[in-house]
Amino acid sequence: MLDYYVSLALRSFTRSRALSTLMVLVIGLGIGASMTMITVFHVMSGDPLPGRSAQLYVPVIDPRPLARDRSEAPLQDGNFSWPDAMNLLHAARADRQAAMSGGAVPVQPTQAHVLPFYEAGHYVTTDFFAMFGVPFRAGRGWTAQDDDDRARVVVLSSALSRKLFGDASGVGQTVRLKNTDFRVIGVVDDWHPQPLFYAQIDKRVFGRSDEFFLPLQTALELQLDFTGRFSCWGNDDDAGDGRTSDHCSWLQFWVQLDSATKAHAYRDFLASYWREQQAHGRLPRPEHARLYGLLDWLTYQHAIPDDLRLQLSLSLGFLAVCVLNVVGLLLATFLRRGGEISVRRALGARRRDIFLQLGIESSVIGLAGGVLGLAVAGLGLWSVRLRPDGYAQLARMDATMLIGTFVLAVVASVLAGLLPAWRACHIAPALQLKTQ
Amino acid sequence: MSRSPMLASLTRHKLTVLLLVLQVGLTCAIVCNVAAMIGHRTTQMRLPSGVAENELVLLESISVAAGEDPLVRHDADLAALRAMPGVRSVAAVDALPFNGTNWSNGIATTPNGSTPLAATAFNGTPGELATLGLRLVAGRDFLADEYLPVDSAHDWAGINRVPSTIVTHALAEQLFPGQDPLGKLIYPGNGPIRIVGVVEHLLRPGLDETAGNEYATLFPMLPDSANVTYVLRTAPQDRERVLKRAADVLTALSSQRVLRHAQTFAELRDDYFRRDRTMIVLLLAAATGLLLVTAAGIAGLASFWVQQRGRSIGIRRAVGATRQDILRYFQIENFLIVSAGIALGVVLAYAMNLLLMERYALQRLPWFYLPLGAVSLWLLGQLAVLGPALRAAAVPPVAATRG
Repeated sequence: MLDYYVSLALRSFTRSRALSTLMVLVIGLGIGASMTMITVFHVMSGDPLPGRSAQLYVPVIDPRPLARDRSEAPLQDGNFSWPDAMNLLHAARADRQAAMSGGAVPVQPTQAHVLPFYEAGHYVTTDFFAMFGVPFRAGRGWTAQDDDDRARVVVLSSALSRKLFGDASGVGQTVRLKNTDFRVIGVVDDWHPQPLFYAQIDKRVFGRSDEFFLPLQTALELQLDFTGRFSCWGNDDDAGDGRTSDHCSWLQFWVQLDSATKAHAYRDFLASYWREQQAHGRLPRPEHARLYGLLDWLTYQHAIPDDLRLQLSLSLGFLAVCVLNVVGLLLATFLRRGGEISVRRALGARRRDIFLQLGIESSVIGLAGGVLGLAVAGLGLWSVRLRPDGYAQLARMDATMLIGTFVLAVVASVLAGLLPAWRACHIAPALQLKTQ
Repeated sequence: MSRSPMLASLTRHKLTVLLLVLQVGLTCAIVCNVAAMIGHRTTQMRLPSGVAENELVLLESISVAAGEDPLVRHDADLAALRAMPGVRSVAAVDALPFNGTNWSNGIATTPNGSTPLAATAFNGTPGELATLGLRLVAGRDFLADEYLPVDSAHDWAGINRVPSTIVTHALAEQLFPGQDPLGKLIYPGNGPIRIVGVVEHLLRPGLDETAGNEYATLFPMLPDSANVTYVLRTAPQDRERVLKRAADVLTALSSQRVLRHAQTFAELRDDYFRRDRTMIVLLLAAATGLLLVTAAGIAGLASFWVQQRGRSIGIRRAVGATRQDILRYFQIENFLIVSAGIALGVVLAYAMNLLLMERYALQRLPWFYLPLGAVSLWLLGQLAVLGPALRAAAVPPVAATRG
């Protein structure tokens, strides 16, 4: 029976070719546009660190003075001041913890003829590597002792290591950063979490990667260049240098907590830390310590740019209009065939049969629309990849999205066909025949 | 012509008409909002930066030479750049419109007062105003003895000692509405700083959605970190040549440095707005797509109705209706449906706008986009229905006698 309905559907397709083509086109465009954006979203909201992300958290305390002006940022960036970050680091109440900041240094190759170049990386503390499970191609990270000693050691990305030392292992070599010699103690294997979740979240958090890691305290002592937001408040004359003062926030702080119980306990610890500091006249705002899981943190910080969300909403709105359009057109085609339907009804077809037949007809349109939609989505994703943004290269179709496209197309067109089919199967057999 | 038969016929196709009204309404709502977004972004892209955009080239230099005084380095570099043929003037600066390097300070108007707004600090060597081509609308440029180093090694402490500032007109208006800003004191740091001049426009290094895109203060402070941006003013046609030569001149002076972001100001602006351009293209595509799909829907349904009503059109023709009457009938019918859709669309547009404002910090929908959307949908509807309506008008009276 089903194959008979399918052949009927194909026949009616050829009979009203213009209208059917229009419907396929409209469904195809709608599906293509929305699947492009859904795919972009799908790849961008993926887990940057599968298997570990569930244990990683961002503690957030608010070190600013009591609010007194309107120029305050609506969203908290979660940045820490140096004293708070060091206090939490030394309290060591989490399974692992690390403070970090983005940085950029001029790299001076030892070969005389190569001009210095600029590289971006991170200044971090010892637990960074173990906490995030950074894979090493050679060597290792540094110890807590190195942190305290402000050791001149550096871990390079495999790309930078290759650039400086060719295929030879960089470990043990010396590299001159800004105007200090550093000993290479490790080379990271290809490790490019997307987005670069541990960095300060901004428009460039996708597509970025770090070329080096070196101890935070070393960077501070050598006054290397830090990158990222650095906000200060208050006008104290005795403030001293901003980076270590307690009225400037600029550090990111991450903790690893292996169980929900520990996470809960850590949040309590944060709250008590906040109140304890208040007793010392710091952290004047009322205590509302928070702890974000990695994925929650990315959502809270709008890691996926608002423009993209807008594009997604727009494409879904477009799909809605397309579906409405197809509902209208299907209704028209079904009702035009009132005569044929009423004959079938008069010959004994049940409403259910008519409904099934018309339902199959709309699914055939949906499938054809799905094929077209896939092509449109392919084109759309290609155009996304041409964008200069860091997420562009991530925009690729995968198996889930491929199946998703067809499911969405068929669901959309079956939904679009429901109302017209229901309306058509209520055509009274006798009345319709009489008017013919 | 009496309207009642038309309404009667519309009520016979309740479901189809309803669908069409819904579709037109949704399209109208989305298109109005999309048009507003395009308008807003285009306005942002057209904001005057205040600088002589087509005469500037810039490059960033990061010195890595050990034990060097940055102030001496900059002076030597500037002298060499100034001596280049075709260069009208040069300056070393730490911030420019669109370059993203933003040092903002809360600005108080009383000592230790509250800071109602934050403004970007622009610092540079003498001649910055002339090099950038900023238009001074009141007061004077900085005097040679007012300059002092930023003191970037010590928390940019220069801000606590600098004597004078030049502010933008927008900032002056906000801080001292309706008053003469010259001679007034502001407190971006600890000490009072006197406003000695006002420039017409100067955009901040990064734009945002707030009104404060021009809250900028210029200070007579010399950039003194190893990382500095040199701006060269030249004739528009000389830009590429000067830029290439400038890199060579600086490298010849000292190769112990990294040069980057060598570009014309026009390129800087282009880069800054690249995302917005993509977005505008997408928004345009979405609006066009929506309108096309809706037009196709209207035309499809109209031609279906013409086919369905072939016999009654014939009867009407037989009893005396002219081709004009039939044509007009379909046009008025379409006008009624689209009008209902627009009425719904206006409500939807505002609802959608509220949602967008809440979720994406977008602007309120300016009212004139609604009549704009309405007119375009009316026109679109009439265009879409014209073909089927003409076909209807061509139905001969004899059709009345056919089955």
